[in-house]
Amino acid sequence: MDSDLISFASLAPAYPELFLAIGAVVLLMAGVFIKNASARLVGVAIGMLLAVTVLVIIQPATGVLFNGGFIQDDFARYMKALVLAGSAFALVLSVSNAVDNGIAKFEYAVLVVLATLGMMVMVSANDLMVLYIGIELQALSLYILAAMKRESARATEAGLKYFVLGALSSGMLLYGASLIYGFTGQTQLDKIAEVILLSDRSVGVIFGLAFLLAGLAFKVSAVPFHMWTPDVYEGAPTPVTAFFATAPKVAAMALLIRLVMDSFEPLAKDWQQIIIFLSIASMVLAAFAGIGQKNLIRMIAYSAIGHMGFALVGLSAGNLVGIEGVAIYMAIYLTMNIGLFACILSLKSNNGYVRNISDLAGLAQTRPYVAAIIAIMMFSLIGLPPLAGFFAKWHVFLAAIEAQLFVLAVIGVLASAISAFYYLRVVKTMYFDAPEQEFVPIPGELAFVMGITGFLVISYYLTVGRTLVDFANVAAGSLF
Amino acid sequence: MIEAIVFFPLVGALIAGFFGGSIGDRYSEIITSSLLVVAAILSWIVFFQVGFGGEAGPMADPTKVEIFRWIQSGELDIRWVLRVDTLTAVMLVVVTSVSALVHIYSIGYMADDPSRSRFFAYLSLFTFAMLMLVTADNFLQMFFGWEGVGLASYLLIGFWYKKPAANAAAIKAFVVNRIGDFGFALGIFGAFLVLGHLDFDSAFRSIEAVQGTTISFLWGEWDALTVVTLLLFMGAMGKSAQFLLHTWLPDAMEGPTPVSALIHAATMVTAGVFMVARLSPMFEAAPISMTVVLYVGAVTAFFAATIGLVQNDIKRVVAYSTMSQLGYMFVALGAGAYTAGIFHLFTHAFFKALLFLGAGAVIHAMHHEQDMRKMGGISRIIPKTYLMMIIGTLALTGVGIPGTSIGFAGFFSKDAIIEAAYALGGYNGQFAYWSLVIAALFTSFYSWRLIHLTFHGKPRASQEVMAHAHESPNVMMVPLYLLAAGAILSGVVFYKVFFGDFDSIVQFFAGSLVVNEQIIDDAHHVPTLVKWSATIAMALGFVIAWYMYIRRPDAPRRLANQHAYLYRFLLNKWYFDELYDAIFVRPTMWLGRLLWKGLDDRIIDQGIVEGLGARVKDVTARVVKLQSGYIYHYAFAMLIGVAALLTWAIAAGGLLG
Repeated sequence: MDSDLISFASLAPAYPELFLAIGAVVLLMAGVFIKNASARLVGVAIGMLLAVTVLVIIQPATGVLFNGGFIQDDFARYMKALVLAGSAFALVLSVSNAVDNGIAKFEYAVLVVLATLGMMVMVSANDLMVLYIGIELQALSLYILAAMKRESARATEAGLKYFVLGALSSGMLLYGASLIYGFTGQTQLDKIAEVILLSDRSVGVIFGLAFLLAGLAFKVSAVPFHMWTPDVYEGAPTPVTAFFATAPKVAAMALLIRLVMDSFEPLAKDWQQIIIFLSIASMVLAAFAGIGQKNLIRMIAYSAIGHMGFALVGLSAGNLVGIEGVAIYMAIYLTMNIGLFACILSLKSNNGYVRNISDLAGLAQTRPYVAAIIAIMMFSLIGLPPLAGFFAKWHVFLAAIEAQLFVLAVIGVLASAISAFYYLRVVKTMYFDAPEQEFVPIPGELAFVMGITGFLVISYYLTVGRTLVDFANVAAGSLF
Repeated sequence: MIEAIVFFPLVGALIAGFFGGSIGDRYSEIITSSLLVVAAILSWIVFFQVGFGGEAGPMADPTKVEIFRWIQSGELDIRWVLRVDTLTAVMLVVVTSVSALVHIYSIGYMADDPSRSRFFAYLSLFTFAMLMLVTADNFLQMFFGWEGVGLASYLLIGFWYKKPAANAAAIKAFVVNRIGDFGFALGIFGAFLVLGHLDFDSAFRSIEAVQGTTISFLWGEWDALTVVTLLLFMGAMGKSAQFLLHTWLPDAMEGPTPVSALIHAATMVTAGVFMVARLSPMFEAAPISMTVVLYVGAVTAFFAATIGLVQNDIKRVVAYSTMSQLGYMFVALGAGAYTAGIFHLFTHAFFKALLFLGAGAVIHAMHHEQDMRKMGGISRIIPKTYLMMIIGTLALTGVGIPGTSIGFAGFFSKDAIIEAAYALGGYNGQFAYWSLVIAALFTSFYSWRLIHLTFHGKPRASQEVMAHAHESPNVMMVPLYLLAAGAILSGVVFYKVFFGDFDSIVQFFAGSLVVNEQIIDDAHHVPTLVKWSATIAMALGFVIAWYMYIRRPDAPRRLANQHAYLYRFLLNKWYFDELYDAIFVRPTMWLGRLLWKGLDDRIIDQGIVEGLGARVKDVTARVVKLQSGYIYHYAFAMLIGVAALLTWAIAAGGLLG
């Protein structure tokens, strides 16, 4: 049975995870024994994450390991690259403001790396048990990160809420997994599909599927499992929120895709119904709720919920174009959010960091560069051509149309139109209202991140667009 | 060379239009005028080369210069080609010569205007568009020029945009022309549908094949060519201000006088005549359309002349005269004597431009007074202008001795048309003939009335105005002299090739339009009394005018009082404006207001737009309330969610599965 563990070389598909696991332990040791090393550790962690990103990209080894529990394919590599890059950039965003946000502790870097490791395991999970291990490793790290600013009541509340509700979702997930095991006798994803294909359609399996999807919907904050998102985003330190909003979403979406495409392919009609429901609920609710927000971070939380809804449109289609669309969507979503959080984290005045949308008033006059980047991100989030956000939506809606899901596509476009209101309100506040406060100078690394993401979003069609579509195509192709 | 003629005015327009501010008004004037003068000289060279080149026999191919390929889509292949044949050459001469003279004249006339660069840019732009129209080798290119001149006309009528009347007139001209252009565009579509080609040569070649076929249009089946030509003629009616679509032309006199001379007398309004002549092979194959053209022309000639009898604005008298003369041209076309129509177009351009520019000189002398009732007795103060106006009037009324080659320009061309109308014979011919003869009498009357009221009798202007009345500067007078030369000579010199004998005509026009031997031959052999009829009418009109305005100056008032209704009917232009106002304008305004206030404001804006916004806010308020902050609410929502998912999966999956 352990034939695949004969040599170190045979572990090649799992090198990135192994490297990261050892790295996390080393970081922890270094943090314990070296005083005041938190800043340096963040630097090391960034370097480590970027190195693993490169490793994932250049190391083409694929295969199934650990008794079929772990799979490395092109889809996993694509998603892992996004997760790793997202984590690395989230760490970069925290460099200049770690002290202000109460996260200048060596555990911060260690936890981010451990969470990232959990996400990678999620992406590569090929067994319900491995899947659960990955989710929990990731989730436990995130709970701690949310509550890391211990002296802040808001952060503690956020961490606690996240933990309790996360535990509830884990319970659902486990219940679903046990139902699946009970009715199919299998935990390995591809084996489950084989059993379902051969047997009659059983209510037990469908129950299991619904519980599994509910648990995962919590991770991607799809409505109605989204309630934690605004509170946790707002309460947690902003750099941590930047991390929450990016990498974990990609990992959870990747896991969701693999689960439904691998295990429940024979039940496509059933899970498509559920995904469509989640998608519509997320898009519509986020579009309306976003309008009511005054706090910038809460608004971004609803924006995230809405965008997950849009990404699920691609998954609802369940075809190659749809999965490809989701893969593209996640990459663009990641870029836009990192750029947006870089902007928000760079806006510090004497009263602290910006919290409310009204704090951005007149930003176009006081900080024209930041205002321009925020405006670009807002327009891209709306989905205006020729910005990247437009192409993201275009791919998923195209897939929906191809799958004959016209109602879904129409609702999506309408929700997109309604949500434009709150994105545009930010632009209006920045460009047409009178400035109220002065901001301290922008840290260099944040300006750099803003520049890069802004450039990518604007020039998407002319520069990276083609390549990204090719990668996404290969990634999605490995699931079919 | 043809490229230079066509594009020099465009170059001038672009320079004056975009750089007029930086190079100054003076340079704009000089540049545009010089370019036009060069274009005019080149046009005359082209004219003599094409028309009198010698060797080129009948049906010689026209010169074509391809500029670029414009549209290629399926069977539609349109190239931008400058076509030069005799018909085009005649128009080139008319357009560039009059335009060049008007440019020069405007330097004097517009001397006090603050935005002269703009004016000259518009003038040159108009000239370019008009040249595009006359050099067109296909329907679409012609349409481009057609709309281009419409645009330039709109801009120039509304040149003094601070004057409300000018703006209203510009809009009116544009809207009325839209109606005609609508027909024209439909006609082009129809031509493509029926003939399968948009370039003239190919289209004309397929006429024979489609003769007698029918197409369905509106409520019935009609002869295809008749429908197409009538639609095209609708465009001509709008552009040439023919009966029913004429109301814009008198109002267009709100524009500066040089504009009236160039656009609303010599060139643009003759575009309709040119178009029908250009498409003469198509009209020739549609006898019903020919009859319609004949009747519209005859009615217009008569109708406009009656209104001209009583108008008091010096420019409006000339405007109605123009409308009337355009009617003459259409009668010639409708009778099949295309060359006579073009001949009249040619001579008319000279003497009508002369009259307009002369009227401009009078207005200039009288401190921008246009009402003839406030003029009089200025013949001795501005003798040169007076002489020019007399020459123009002699040419317009067609003074000459029938049977000889002595006469002013209008004599030859107008008599040719009247003879052609008589020669057509039948009821139609008789109708046209008598309309034109009566119109000739009226023409003579109102023309001399204009001269008498303006120049003779006792001065009715204020002392101050009379004291400052003066002859115009040379920059304005020289164009008048040149036009006067044209008004005197253009008839006698070119009579032979336009309407003299069949062989010369055929050789001259070389197949650029249809030459109907029968009608020309018949026109030359009408009874002597017919030959004299126009001259007699003209003399009669002169005598009546002399009697009423010199001999018995109180006669007009008595006559007007005796026939008050008729007088007011004519003075109010047959009440056409009021009629259109009641039939078209007011219902349209009413409908517009209904849609605006009722549909757009109340239903769309208040109902849909603002209502939607309000609903969105309502929903938002409710959704935000859901987010209570209590963890058990959240957990509850999740459990409800799972329950919903399970129900949904079982129910919907069952239905679909």
